Amino acid sequence: MSTETVDLGAIPAAWTRRHLLSLESLSAEEITIILDAAVQFKEVARDSRNKVPALVGHTVANLFFENSTRTRTSFSLAARRLSADTVDFSGAGSSLSKGETFIDTAKNIEAMGVDIIVVRHRTPGTPHLLAQNIECSVVNAGDGPHEHPTQALLDILTIREHRGDLRGLTVALVGDIQHSRTARSNIWGLQKLGAHVVLCGPATLVSRQWEELGVEVCHDFDEVLPRCDVVNLLRIQFERQVTRPFPSVREYALLYAMNKERLAKAKDDILILAPGPINRGVEVTPEVADGPHSVILEQVTNGVAVRMAVLWLLAGVRDGR
Amino acid sequence: MPSILIRDGRVIDPSQNLDRVTNLLIEDGRIAGYDVSPNGQDQIIDARDKIVSPGLIDMHVHLREPGREEDETIATGTAAALAGGFTSIACIPNTEPPIDTQGTVEFVQHQAARADNCHVFVVACVSKNREGKELAEIGQLVRAGAVGFSDDGAPVYDPELMRRAFEYCSMFDKPVLNHAEVRELTEGGVMHEGLVSMILGLAGMPSAAEDVMTGRDIVLAEATGGKLHIMHISTAGSVEIVRRAKRRGVRVTTEVCPHHFTLTDECLRTFDSNFKMSPPLRAQSDVEACIAGLVDGTIDVICTDHAPHAREKKMQELDRAPFGIVGLETALSLVITNLIEPGHLDWPAALAKLTINPARILGIDKGTLRVGADADVTIIDPAARWTVDPRRFKSKSANTPFGGWGLHGRATTVIVDGRVKYTA
Repeated sequence: MSTETVDLGAIPAAWTRRHLLSLESLSAEEITIILDAAVQFKEVARDSRNKVPALVGHTVANLFFENSTRTRTSFSLAARRLSADTVDFSGAGSSLSKGETFIDTAKNIEAMGVDIIVVRHRTPGTPHLLAQNIECSVVNAGDGPHEHPTQALLDILTIREHRGDLRGLTVALVGDIQHSRTARSNIWGLQKLGAHVVLCGPATLVSRQWEELGVEVCHDFDEVLPRCDVVNLLRIQFERQVTRPFPSVREYALLYAMNKERLAKAKDDILILAPGPINRGVEVTPEVADGPHSVILEQVTNGVAVRMAVLWLLAGVRDGR
Repeated sequence: MPSILIRDGRVIDPSQNLDRVTNLLIEDGRIAGYDVSPNGQDQIIDARDKIVSPGLIDMHVHLREPGREEDETIATGTAAALAGGFTSIACIPNTEPPIDTQGTVEFVQHQAARADNCHVFVVACVSKNREGKELAEIGQLVRAGAVGFSDDGAPVYDPELMRRAFEYCSMFDKPVLNHAEVRELTEGGVMHEGLVSMILGLAGMPSAAEDVMTGRDIVLAEATGGKLHIMHISTAGSVEIVRRAKRRGVRVTTEVCPHHFTLTDECLRTFDSNFKMSPPLRAQSDVEACIAGLVDGTIDVICTDHAPHAREKKMQELDRAPFGIVGLETALSLVITNLIEPGHLDWPAALAKLTINPARILGIDKGTLRVGADADVTIIDPAARWTVDPRRFKSKSANTPFGGWGLHGRATTVIVDGRVKYTA
């Protein structure tokens, strides 16, 4: 594939950011710019033979201080399909284990001639600290339970493709809201684009305080489900929990798993999303995950397109395009 | 020893209900008299438009020595104290090793004497090795000069040990200073639990963790008749619990730090570890409750909880960075800027919380300008305007959230035992 099918003009004037750190800080217009650009890149994203020369001469470094398979791979593919050079860096086995700070590690990688650093870290705010301390553009690929902006953007793009417009939709985020960076980014993004957001899960993982952000909090999945246009099933983040917030996995699944019986109570055209990795049988049963309402694999494809869009926009600001 | 006449200053000494413009004479290291005319004194200090206060006292300072000299030493910490207007400080024993023996108390005293800056009083450990299991040798520590007992950095966790500490310290009429925190409620927490922590995805430390321990300590102090001092109070709930306890006569006092009446958890939105402290910065309603507690006397003392950390320790991810900030060199100005100038406290009320109140709680003969007292004097220019530049701190560490802040008022001259030790 060549550039003929993708109109790579100047980046929109309204996009001026050097970093993508959160969706809380983006306007609806900025979110829409990313989504529109992602649509432009979808065809390129879909096929491994495709490439555009948008980021020729740029280097994108993946700094993953926390385990990841799909996000890291998605960012790598996005960069390569834009013709950027890529370098992968893993926190494990790095100089961090020799006592070097993460800022020094990032500065060293920057000094090797990197333009954009994609960072994942277990601690909220770490990409923000990097952005304050280095000259590279920084993309937050997940900072602990804080935000995961590209995940929310791909979720939203997937919803938008199926429904055209998010205004007036009821979108439920179900599960471990307290420990979910996906939820936090989705809440900002969905609300800014006009959706009604419902947070659903046990009271130990979804406090009433969330209502202060303008969302609805519900602990009864069966009550809220019939009103939902979209359900995004979030993983229980056992690894982040200090104390066990519910009595057993079996009880959790009983109250909150998306299964065949619940699907029968939902709207006919309900969309089922899951950011993955999914725990089959806990948040969602296999027949639902693999069924006709599920758009889980579309999310994955859209992930590459969204990340291409983000890298293209950030590089554009750096280049003064 | 040279005589000093401080001329035409507004002398405010809450210990004597004194607030008037006068001349103050210092001779032989002691306060020698008021309304004295210039008459051949060795030094005359013009204090027109300035406030002359008893030397300020900070009863909650981490000097780090022994063991963590990369963060602070007794010499640098006491120099920072002087630069902040303090003539006496009490150091907290969470050093390495902790101050739990006569020998370690004497080491601190020796180093303080060698530094020859301000007075250093020692708060020693409640428990051996700060382990919270057995009482330290409190009697010997008192003989060595300890003025109070605390395992700060950590609470005295075992209620039985706390009860015994109250009972045992009562024999020496010494206070037990406790860090009020239920650790099961704060495990992994890096900031106040509330809307901001929820948005940022940072693990929270709920107010209840402080309130529950404050309540426990008050119950035990009431049951034993012990002297309880709640350290660095930060929540509206704790302020109210202490207020009620005082009304019914419990021997409880408390202190607040400038950052807790100045900043809120909103500051953590920057993810800057200089806003990470324990107890954490709370909500606006807690800040208002702390100010109300200062106004109505529930909160007796303003202290710094000066907690120096070397730059490399603070320049880390928020969950790895240690808790705490330095405070000695900004405290007085924060009091002036945020309590006195907005009208929450007048000068005498504010200075009482920085002089005679901590002196009384610790049972030390300081914090007064009565004739015959040690000549510890802080001269303050209330009209000074300055910008906080951590690079100019005397402290070895610069972990402050107030860098670049414009503040009002500061100490211009600090006199310890009749000798001018600091001039701005």
